[in-house]
Amino acid sequence: MKTIRMLAMAAAVPALAAAAQAETKIGMITTLSGGGAGLGVDVRDGFMLAIEQDGREGVEVVIEDDQRKPEAAVQIADRMIQSEKVDIMTGIIWSNLAMAVIPAATAQGVFYLSPNAGPSALAGKRCHENYFNVAWQNDNLHEAAGAYANDAGLKNSFILAPNYPAGQDALTGYKRMYKGELAGEIYTKLGQTDYAAEIAQIRASGADSVYFFLPGGMGISFLKQYAGSGVDLPVVGPAFSFDQGILQAVGDAALGVKNTSQWSKDLDNEANAEFVAAFQEKYGRLPSLYASQGFDTANLILSALDKAEVSDQDAFRAALKEADFASVRGDFKFGDNHHPVQNIYVREVIKEGDVYTNKIVATGLENHADAYAAECKM
Amino acid sequence: MTYILVLEQILNGLQLGVMLFLMAAGLTLVFGVMGLINLAHGSLYMVGAFAAAAVAGWTGSFLLALIASLAAAAAAGALMELVVIRRLYRRDHLDQVLATFALILIFSEGTRWLFGSFPLFLDVPAYLSGPVSLPGGIEYPLYRLTIILIGLAIAAGLFLLIAKTRIGIQIRAGEADREMIAALGVDISKLYTLVFALGAALAGLAGALVGAIQSVQVGMGEPVLILAFVVIVIGGIGSIKGALAGALLVGLTDTLGGVFLPQLFVLFMEPASAASAGASLASMLIYILMAAILLVRPSGLYGGSA
Repeated sequence: MKTIRMLAMAAAVPALAAAAQAETKIGMITTLSGGGAGLGVDVRDGFMLAIEQDGREGVEVVIEDDQRKPEAAVQIADRMIQSEKVDIMTGIIWSNLAMAVIPAATAQGVFYLSPNAGPSALAGKRCHENYFNVAWQNDNLHEAAGAYANDAGLKNSFILAPNYPAGQDALTGYKRMYKGELAGEIYTKLGQTDYAAEIAQIRASGADSVYFFLPGGMGISFLKQYAGSGVDLPVVGPAFSFDQGILQAVGDAALGVKNTSQWSKDLDNEANAEFVAAFQEKYGRLPSLYASQGFDTANLILSALDKAEVSDQDAFRAALKEADFASVRGDFKFGDNHHPVQNIYVREVIKEGDVYTNKIVATGLENHADAYAAECKM
Repeated sequence: MTYILVLEQILNGLQLGVMLFLMAAGLTLVFGVMGLINLAHGSLYMVGAFAAAAVAGWTGSFLLALIASLAAAAAAGALMELVVIRRLYRRDHLDQVLATFALILIFSEGTRWLFGSFPLFLDVPAYLSGPVSLPGGIEYPLYRLTIILIGLAIAAGLFLLIAKTRIGIQIRAGEADREMIAALGVDISKLYTLVFALGAALAGLAGALVGAIQSVQVGMGEPVLILAFVVIVIGGIGSIKGALAGALLVGLTDTLGGVFLPQLFVLFMEPASAASAGASLASMLIYILMAAILLVRPSGLYGGSA
């Protein structure tokens, strides 16, 4: 088990005043090994960049690897809460892991700030006052894609997603906004790598566009095979298949594809320009949306710490809710269920020099909140 | 539903089948000849894909990349056999599973250490990309057609190797009776290393061929490994002929089931739940097939009386 302990003290002389100040301990459980490690690495790097830039004393971050396994995540969470006595937890990438860890953590009085996963249950009936989602509710980007499809005049979409809860949320989210007909709806196997059969069905269906939610390696496989198949219908997807880490592996096959995201590296605000430059300088690569979410999560925590001690839970919770920090996505605020209310943009994949990246071409949804907020009784 | 769609799906099933055959051939030889369960076979598939992606990145040549995948996987396989596997032949299956599982972890983290956590780029070369028109009006990706042909050619080559050459005779003899061929003066440890490297090379080639149309990433081998085990159990452990029959059967069942079951369910369910239920049943189909075949032939299609 990899444990990285980072005392975010600038190794300077420990000031005496700091001894009086209570130390804040943040536990980060994220995916740092196995197939999904790229996402966890980006969240961690974005998060730690913000902590280092801030450089304050008295904030300790404990980072552990969940290997994308729910049982491992639960075990680490128990240890962090019970023996390490963390005050705040964050880091989980996958919805199934989030469902296993977050309700138990918040029930034990720990704050949880999700930098990625946003399962619908936690936004609705099972919302909790100590749970904040800093990324999006799972359906959000798909809803924006559905809205974009209407704007772009698409009338006969073929939609596909893996057969698991987030996949079903995805197609539900798309259909919630999309007004046209469906040429077909397919659930693929989770982790499937060959899409020849699905592409043949798309070809035969008479669709005018394709919407797919296939995160990580599944999306790379689909796009490469789609490009080689000779089917050239427009493709729309959520940002998860077009983030900075994946695009280089897809190459030309992704060029021109429209995808929806709450963040893009060309978003025009000061915090974002500084973040993109600092991230590139420190890690030698462009940040992904996951890195931006990690960065925002850390800054949100720091902004709340400026106003209140974690030990004063009510004050700290109120400080988090205010979201008084410079988010890299510009305007950012929380709804009543502690999920973001934010703009979701439509991006297009382009090539800058040798690097594949995204640029914003439209706004999909403005000040968008999730569909489950009404079910949350907090 | 047109016959063109059906034919295209049959080709897709064949393509999946020959890829599985390349994986399963090595697995079944190693199991048949040495009695070893090698869970790390999927790691060799990954090694092949990463070697191909790296070499294609340096040289830009897909052919060199394929050669590199064969060489790298064979070298990794031979090394694995000499350093670790050799000590496991006399141990029971549980020890073998444990040690080769450890190898999976070592290979995965080692690969990440070398290449980083992000997927690598490996693309189909320009001369093999795009669709071709087949008789009957089917548009089919040229690259997939090439994979089918390469796979069938390798299958034919393996049959000749096993049936006609001296090494093939030794391999078959090794399967039948290890002690006896050692007593007859065959250098059994050299034979084992050779068989292991051959199986590894085939897995590596499969990884490189598939890597060009899928994603080259850490952990890509394990899902394929599970299918390959299903294939060798269906085909009969140790039999190359069984591996080919099993691979094609699994490839076709998986592809056609995935396409046609949801459409069958639509006849008596509403579309959304039919899609979901059909997809769930389709992913169980190959295991149901395996159970059914084992009921009738407990040692697999071409298995001896084990």
